[in-house]
Amino acid sequence: MNLVLDIALTHVRFRARQTFVAVAGVMTGVGFSIMMASLMEGSQADFMRQLIDALPHITVSDERRDPQAQPGEIAYAAARIYGLTPETRRRGIKNPMASLASLERWVPGAVAPSVQTKAILRYAGRDVAANVTGIDPHREPKVSALAQQIRQGTLASLYRATNAMILGDRLAEKIGARVGANITVQTSDGARLNAQVVGLFHAGIRSVDESTAYVLIKTAQILAQQTGLVNEIRVRVSDAMAARTIAQRIERETGYKAVAWQEAHEDLLSAFVVRNFIMYTVVGAILLVASFGTYNIISTITHEKTRDIAILKSLGLREATVRRIFVIEALLIGLTGTLAGWALGYGLIAALGTIEFKMSITTDLTRLPLIYSPLHYAVAAAVALGSSLVAGFFPARKAAGLYPVDIIRGAT
Amino acid sequence: MSEAAQIDPAAGGAAKAPLVQARAITRILPGLVPTTLVHDIDLSVCDNELVAITGPSGSGKSSLLYLLGLLDVPSSGEVKINGRATAPMHEEERAFTRLSTIGFVFQFHFLLPEFSARDNVMLPMRALGRLSAREAAARAEALLAALGLAEHAATRPDQLSGGQRQRVAVARALANAPPLILADEPTGSLDSKSSEQVFDILRDLVDRHGKTVVAVTHDLTLAARMDRRIELRDGGIVADDGAA
Repeated sequence: MNLVLDIALTHVRFRARQTFVAVAGVMTGVGFSIMMASLMEGSQADFMRQLIDALPHITVSDERRDPQAQPGEIAYAAARIYGLTPETRRRGIKNPMASLASLERWVPGAVAPSVQTKAILRYAGRDVAANVTGIDPHREPKVSALAQQIRQGTLASLYRATNAMILGDRLAEKIGARVGANITVQTSDGARLNAQVVGLFHAGIRSVDESTAYVLIKTAQILAQQTGLVNEIRVRVSDAMAARTIAQRIERETGYKAVAWQEAHEDLLSAFVVRNFIMYTVVGAILLVASFGTYNIISTITHEKTRDIAILKSLGLREATVRRIFVIEALLIGLTGTLAGWALGYGLIAALGTIEFKMSITTDLTRLPLIYSPLHYAVAAAVALGSSLVAGFFPARKAAGLYPVDIIRGAT
Repeated sequence: MSEAAQIDPAAGGAAKAPLVQARAITRILPGLVPTTLVHDIDLSVCDNELVAITGPSGSGKSSLLYLLGLLDVPSSGEVKINGRATAPMHEEERAFTRLSTIGFVFQFHFLLPEFSARDNVMLPMRALGRLSAREAAARAEALLAALGLAEHAATRPDQLSGGQRQRVAVARALANAPPLILADEPTGSLDSKSSEQVFDILRDLVDRHGKTVVAVTHDLTLAARMDRRIELRDGGIVADDGAA
């Protein structure tokens, strides 16, 4: 075995207790940082998944991002026209079936028509405002997770009754309705119909669960008092991360406002940046504390080994060789701690994965959302080894710089 | 292999000119009040000499030894090893010269406590890297055997007596077959029997193996049995019965 490695190994082996404490420090740092990263990123990924899955990736509405230019403005580019009242436009996407067919040709994923309208649901003397969404039960499962979110009934139940309706479970709870209940639905335009609750769904996002009701497209069109109305196209793309780019293209091609899930939840996504910063700061702090342990042990060893260092140097070992001995000792501690920390981290994540929780603030979780990512292990190892290297380097440099005569004189 | 060959495979060559030469060397420790350790030392030590450096405590004996052994650098003057000036050498070259040309024996054995006697003896050989691990181990065992420690090769220093430890230290000093052995009070911490053993070994190194030994000692009886005596007082040589 290489002399430097042999001496380093002997030093750490003969100081088993101190070495164990230092290794335990690195192990704890690595293990808990992996667990923290897994937990934080897992919860973030879970939240994102719910956000992405709960609703279509892109919604194309019948609005335009910029107000349409007036004919006068188009005709006279130099003119500036004030006080114009835009003409009353007919609601909905123009020629929706053609638009759907056009999108289906190139969008990687699925598209489905829907009708968005707002109404008051009335049952047992209680009135609650709700977004009533008209959907096509055949196409909807391809663009949203509604089919999996239904707790009672099925999407096909919408065909089982006249004006059938599937309510968010919290909405149903608010008005006190159950499956089978007949409720009254009334819009601000005066349209009114009686509907039967045929199912309940649970998206896991409170705002959705307490204010959304699904009906057939034709029922929504009746409520909107506009036959053939389609005022929203729902799109689910095969790569959710590409939604923003695809939305931009849809917007360019159709002229209608296409909102990707990233845009819809921009505030949340920017909150994640802050959250990640906090997470990595905490993880870094844990590893930094662990590196102090390594620094402490290497300092102690070099202090205790002052006489040996003098001997080695008097025998003719070079400064760089002596420095390498102590740096390798630090790396041995760091490496052993890292390997043990990986095992600890894995074990902690596995243990946390068995704990069940019931949370109901924004999402419902039965288990902690955790992620097993090799990146977490790699980052923790890199930081642990890096900090061990730094922690070992300074005592090593001090040790290597010792003047052997001073120590030998002091010892004799 | 003969005992002589075990201690120095290259033994038996023709005698050469001064192995160590010191010319007007002075060592002053800097500080608020600078301390002069040795001053104006002129000294030549030839091959096959057993030299004693004597003098009262604080007379500069050990300091002179460290200067001759390149462990310390003179404030002025020059030390030559094998005719080569050491002043222009950088630290790495000085370290290599120590490793290959000089063997040190200190008053306290200064063995690495975690390593066996054999590993301690192998250390300079492994650092120099001229022998394979197997060859180094074989040579270490041969050296220990030559010094009467064959059965203690695997023993750690804390399980050896003072005399045995010092013999291991001598074996370590001989590991790379250096022509020059510098010993700082090699018998200072030993009882009379062990002292006698260590002295006999040093004597033997000179007489039978062609080594040059410079030993610092307080023991005037021991010094009287050496080839040459250099007496120091207040950092300067006051007597040298071998001076030309």
